[in-house]
Amino acid sequence: MGLTSTTSVLERFASEVGDYGPVCCVGGRTQWDVGGPVSSGTREVTAPAGVVAHEPAEMILRVRAGTRLEDLSAVVGEGGQRVALEGAADATVGGVISVGRSGVRRLGWGPLRDAVLEVTAVSSRGELIRTGAPLVKNVTGFDLCRLLTGSLGTLAFVAEVVLRCLPLPEVERWYVAEGADPFEVYRKLYRPLSILWDGRRTWVGLAGFEVDVEEQARGTLGEMFSLVDGPPSLPGPGRRSLAPASLRSLPSVVADAGAWLAEVGVGVVHCDSPAGDRLRCEDGPSQSVVELHRRIKENFDPAGRLNPGRQVITGAFS
Amino acid sequence: MTDPLVADLRRVLGNAAVRTDAIELALYGRDASLISGQAGVVCFPSNAEELVGVVRACAAHGRPFVPRGSGTGLAGGATPAGDVPPVVIVTTKMNRILEVDEEQRVAWVEPGVLNLDLSREVAHLGLHFAPDPSSQQSCSIGGNVANNSGGPHCLLYGVTNAHILAIEVVLPDGSVAMLGGIDPEPDGLDLRGAFVGSEGTMGIATRIAVRLTPLPPSVETLLADFATMHEAAAAVTGVIAGGIVPAALEMMDRNIAEAVEAFVHGGFPVDAAALLLVEVDGLAGGAAEQARRVEKVLRENGARSVQIAGSDEQRALWWKGRKSAFGAIARIAPNYYLHDCVVPRSRLVEVLEQVSEIAAGQELVLGNVFHAGDGNLHPLIIFDKRVPGTLDRVHEAGRQIIEVCVAAGGTLSGEHGIGLEKRDHMGLVFSAADLEAQLWLRDAFDPSGLCNPEKVLPRGGSRCGDVASLPAGAWV
Ligand SMILES: Cc1cc2nc3c(=O)[nH]c(=O)nc-3n(C[C@H](O)[C@H](O)[C@H](O)COP(=O)(O)OP(=O)(O)OC[C@H]3O[C@@H](n4cnc5c(N)ncnc54)[C@H](O)[C@@H]3O)c2cc1C
Ligand SMILES: Cc1cc2nc3c(=O)[nH]c(=O)nc-3n(C[C@H](O)[C@H](O)[C@H](O)COP(=O)(O)OP(=O)(O)OC[C@H]3O[C@@H](n4cnc5c(N)ncnc54)[C@H](O)[C@@H]3O)c2cc1C
Repeated sequence: MGLTSTTSVLERFASEVGDYGPVCCVGGRTQWDVGGPVSSGTREVTAPAGVVAHEPAEMILRVRAGTRLEDLSAVVGEGGQRVALEGAADATVGGVISVGRSGVRRLGWGPLRDAVLEVTAVSSRGELIRTGAPLVKNVTGFDLCRLLTGSLGTLAFVAEVVLRCLPLPEVERWYVAEGADPFEVYRKLYRPLSILWDGRRTWVGLAGFEVDVEEQARGTLGEMFSLVDGPPSLPGPGRRSLAPASLRSLPSVVADAGAWLAEVGVGVVHCDSPAGDRLRCEDGPSQSVVELHRRIKENFDPAGRLNPGRQVITGAFS
Repeated sequence: MTDPLVADLRRVLGNAAVRTDAIELALYGRDASLISGQAGVVCFPSNAEELVGVVRACAAHGRPFVPRGSGTGLAGGATPAGDVPPVVIVTTKMNRILEVDEEQRVAWVEPGVLNLDLSREVAHLGLHFAPDPSSQQSCSIGGNVANNSGGPHCLLYGVTNAHILAIEVVLPDGSVAMLGGIDPEPDGLDLRGAFVGSEGTMGIATRIAVRLTPLPPSVETLLADFATMHEAAAAVTGVIAGGIVPAALEMMDRNIAEAVEAFVHGGFPVDAAALLLVEVDGLAGGAAEQARRVEKVLRENGARSVQIAGSDEQRALWWKGRKSAFGAIARIAPNYYLHDCVVPRSRLVEVLEQVSEIAAGQELVLGNVFHAGDGNLHPLIIFDKRVPGTLDRVHEAGRQIIEVCVAAGGTLSGEHGIGLEKRDHMGLVFSAADLEAQLWLRDAFDPSGLCNPEKVLPRGGSRCGDVASLPAGAWV
């Protein structure tokens, strides 16, 4: 896989970002408001698009950040693999990574950040910086891949990434039941793909070898569950992060406050805003964590020119 | 005259936990690598409050300090370095498992807890801590976090970073920060992720929340032997390309197999060029299916024999062999230099051939025992350092091995870290701009540069300001 094959495209993106004036990076605008609005008058740039290479035997995919998720899945699927990126068809790889949220299969797939092996990004000086390597295992140097994942484009703009792929399972099946105890289901199943709960119904995603999925569906889930096409749609754009065990008391906390869907074993709760409002975490980050954010931003973007106005943590970036 | 810092440290820890005698300074002057340094003072805090006190005292005196777990690191990460002998802060007394939450599958531990002790402690719940370095009987979880350590089962389960949820850290200025959280998407930047693998340069972990993983209901372990390394490597690629990600996929060459067999009597074939130890796990049906498919791929690629462990005892013996390989080679010669590079799996054969040519060229004995499924090579140079000139040849071979791995599209380290050992090779894989961005991160955590100085990033760059003044090309 050529490390240099796309350099000129990436360099063009770097020079477009340049080293002067406020600038923001636009993906598919499907999560444009996360972290608050970008200051008005900010110049917009877009990352280059295109799949550079998929190497199934190395379990890796090299892709430019502007590539739409829809275009990505087709390529990886052809090679009998999948990547841990979920989202709207129009969302871009760079947007998904910069927002840093995992999809409803997180329980089985692990968090998005664990799939990011290498990032080439444009710094606030308009220079290309590369971190990580196109290899499934690597501890060479500090982990800027994880720092940049979820950083909302405030530290650098993602230009190209290498993602870890995994084989597509033999089967993926979804089941639903009314009145089942999702926590009991979580305790009993071995490595489920997903367990979703809306207070009334429990959906279970199972993936892997057909014999195992069958066995778990019949043996562990039993008569109560029936087969459905896939996971339910999310109730709203709201998203809260809670300790997995605290989901038990959700129904009493958000009673009659609107629709919600919880990822059991993970702790993410998807909600419309009335339910979400009750789940807001009161205590913010400690002073030392805010200070770390401030210093990181200061070192990566001293003039505050990248995505100005966006906040990854309240009160950290002025 | 007593060093005023030592007096302050004694006020925090009492006399017994602050050591300055020559023997102990020498003992803590190195880790398990070949590099040695000079410790100024050695301290043994027994809880987080004491550790904070120690770091504050160091900060107040402007004295560099080095976090240390069990000292099994192989890159000199815990080796004190620099002009002023640093304070070595040892976490071995902070070895309590603070809380095990079975429902959330989380344990809070102090950093000095030994990796295997945690898995043993939670085994009755059907859970374990998945990262399993070969040193797991002796290495600490704090050391695993700092090095983002791997292990045979990290092929399927992921390296340490995938198993760490939250870390309470004493920052180099003595303040305390909680990075990450038990909830899946804590606010802000992934500081937890940035801290894992930072090799003790961004602060000291005092409490760690680790993810516990269910033990697989069914495990199948296969041992195959090959007449050529080429066939064994092709089998590795064949397994992965065939859509199977085994729980572990380890390779041993003939030198290692011989040493290990003499040591554990595990029934390892000793006349083969290479052995593959493959483990698949999961529910019974899928594990059996994977074992069938793996066996087929192994045979198609020329395996002379494929054995399947028929009992837990047999499996345990094979793993004991694999995990004690480094101890076993002591039968060949007293010293070893263990390398750690990663290459794309498809280049394994050609790199292994080049590595053996390098060893032959330096008249050194070589063994290979490594995580083949990850492309994570561990060329092991076996030697006797008392023979004059040998160490120079070992270092020369080491340098050449790094070069061939990088030339094959690989990188410097898959699990042991950069430390002092590979710091000056960082320019082989990163540009000056890449390295400077890494420094932006380190510097945000430790503007003073006191925390484990001289590690990871090439010399000259422990403060942002210093980098700009470096001559062009200083990193290469
Ligand atoms: C119907 C629907 C379902 C979804 N389901 C899921 C789901 O299941 N799981 C999930 O995780 N997400 C889900 N999403 C979210 C989806 O993944 C996001 O849309 C995506 O994260 C944002 O991508 P985008 O290209 O639209 O980014 P934008 O909305 O354009 O931008 C989002 C942020 O990222 C920044 N950004 C964009 N590109 C870059 C870049 N190259 N470098 C630096 N910063 C950049 C922007 O500046 C902005 O701050 C869903 C969204 C929708 C609409
Ligand atoms: C025989 C043998 C086999 C090995 N096999 C493997 C293997 O399979 N996989 C693997 O990854 N490694 C392996 N190693 C290397 C080593 O065991 C690991 O890197 C281990 O994680 C180091 O843990 P430690 O407690 O000994 O750390 P130390 O050697 O004491 O320290 C390692 C680094 O961590 C830092 N550190 C330690 N504690 C803390 C803390 N609380 N906070 C912040 N920083 C800290 C130190 O400053 C240093 O940079 C092996 C080593 C040996 C000797």
